[in-house]
Amino acid sequence: MTFRKTEARNGYLFAMPWFIGFGLFLAYPIIASVYFSFTEYSVLKPPIWVGTENYETLFADEVFWKTLGNTLFFAALYVPLATLLAFGLALLLNSKVRFMAVYRTVFFMPSLVPVVSLVILWMWLFNGEHGLINNALGWVGITGPGWLTDTAWSKPAIVFMSLWGVGNAMVIYLAGLQEVPQQLYEAADLDGATPWQKTKSVTIPLVSPVILFNVVMGIIGSLQIFTQPYVMSEDGSPSRSIYFYSMYLFDNAFKYHKMGYASAMAWIMFLVIFLLTLVALKFAEKRVHYEGG
Amino acid sequence: MQKKSLKQHILIHTVLIALGLVFLLPLAWMVGTSLKTAVETGADPPTLLPATAQWQNYSDAISYGRDSVGYIPFFVYARNTLLFCILFVAGTVVSNSIVAYSFARLRWKGRDLAFAATLATMMIPFPVIMVPVFSLFVKMDWVGTFRPLWVPAWFGSAFSIFLLRQFFRTIPMELSEAAKLDGCSEWGIYSKVVMPLAKPAVAVVALFAFMAAWNDFLGPLVYLHSQDQFTLSLGLQFYRSQQLSQWHLLMAASTVVIAPVIVLFFFTQRLFIQGITATGLKG
Repeated sequence: MTFRKTEARNGYLFAMPWFIGFGLFLAYPIIASVYFSFTEYSVLKPPIWVGTENYETLFADEVFWKTLGNTLFFAALYVPLATLLAFGLALLLNSKVRFMAVYRTVFFMPSLVPVVSLVILWMWLFNGEHGLINNALGWVGITGPGWLTDTAWSKPAIVFMSLWGVGNAMVIYLAGLQEVPQQLYEAADLDGATPWQKTKSVTIPLVSPVILFNVVMGIIGSLQIFTQPYVMSEDGSPSRSIYFYSMYLFDNAFKYHKMGYASAMAWIMFLVIFLLTLVALKFAEKRVHYEGG
Repeated sequence: MQKKSLKQHILIHTVLIALGLVFLLPLAWMVGTSLKTAVETGADPPTLLPATAQWQNYSDAISYGRDSVGYIPFFVYARNTLLFCILFVAGTVVSNSIVAYSFARLRWKGRDLAFAATLATMMIPFPVIMVPVFSLFVKMDWVGTFRPLWVPAWFGSAFSIFLLRQFFRTIPMELSEAAKLDGCSEWGIYSKVVMPLAKPAVAVVALFAFMAAWNDFLGPLVYLHSQDQFTLSLGLQFYRSQQLSQWHLLMAASTVVIAPVIVLFFFTQRLFIQGITATGLKG
């Protein structure tokens, strides 16, 4: 029995850094944030309880709705496109052909690019006059829009830019694809299945948990988008078309020093993420296949 | 995977090469622009490569305005970033491997519940904890120092704990038991048996941590206020706001910031891919 006791003592000892970190940087902030969201708080002075005022003000706040709309628009466009692209690339990269290591590196490389450099690079590519993209469109006879100066195109531009960094999700899909047992494909071959049939009936069901994981992570990440649009234009111009939820939250907290208001915004963001994740899980319930279950 | 006909092989290569060029073109365009003159960047039709490579763009970019007030000290930024990265990566590797060892290989009451709680926190968006953590650091008088950026890394993070735990569980328990019979302490088993076997997983966690620190923008933006503390990410953004249309210099500066990450990846690539597959990073 003493063996078990020593083991448990060591277990708590080894987990101690995380207990402290969890308490200090997660549990305490979460509880404090709920409290702050019901207060007026500027950090410099102690918080003053205001009840549900922050939430009421939020619902009447035009900018809140604008940034929420922008953010949902971005997520609705980005998550499906990124899923298709990352999964499609992973399927291609999972085939046994030569130079695969080179191809993998090529598609993964953009996701290594630090965000600020990435945005500056894409601002140059999107440049209305001298940018590569509009020049390329010009060669096929299309007059490209002013991308970052055009309210209709500034959000899609950020979607394109983000799709370039799809390599992280791609690598996760690739790891999942490599776990699919080869015998299943051999069996399908014997039945005369086409490549498309094999993808649809063997591959997709077997990697569906990975797809679900990536989609949920994609939703959580894209609703928090901050650095890309912030580096492009701190105030979300043109006409706040790329003013996203996290940017407004950041401005409330650190520019206007309305920490209580920002905390209320953070909880609404959590609620949106929570609801969308539930929808994704509900949708997946009958479609996602777990081994042995 | 399956046997393929020649036609399929050619098709796959064609698609991969075409898409690969699309993925590489922005980087090629960046390096090309970084070597052009200001006039060439506006050339119509545009060229991918400059007539003569302007290598001095690089020294111009990183020592921009050396003698003026608007001096952008890139070397100071690089030193700050490196210091931050080292402290952050070291903290991430040390703390998470110890904690993951406990979750993966030691039995204690409440362990599984604690692990489930750990995973659940990955759902919490960063803005929820941002304000209280900031006010905590204000109270500790740490705002305006590097400590808010790297100290938390020494207390574990859910994602890294999860990754390392998955890997640690694949190492046979018999090895630990044998070491224990030889009189090895728990710390000895962790440091001499498990860690040497977990190199690929540790490499993945370290590389992710390095990229997170090298890339971090929001953290430095919130906590660092004086220019001589700026990291490269923050400095580059500052530089951008000063150099709105000097694209050749901006691209040179961006290349300088990107290059170390790409080089690091090339050297750790094999270990990295191996680690990704081995950690079961797939939900």
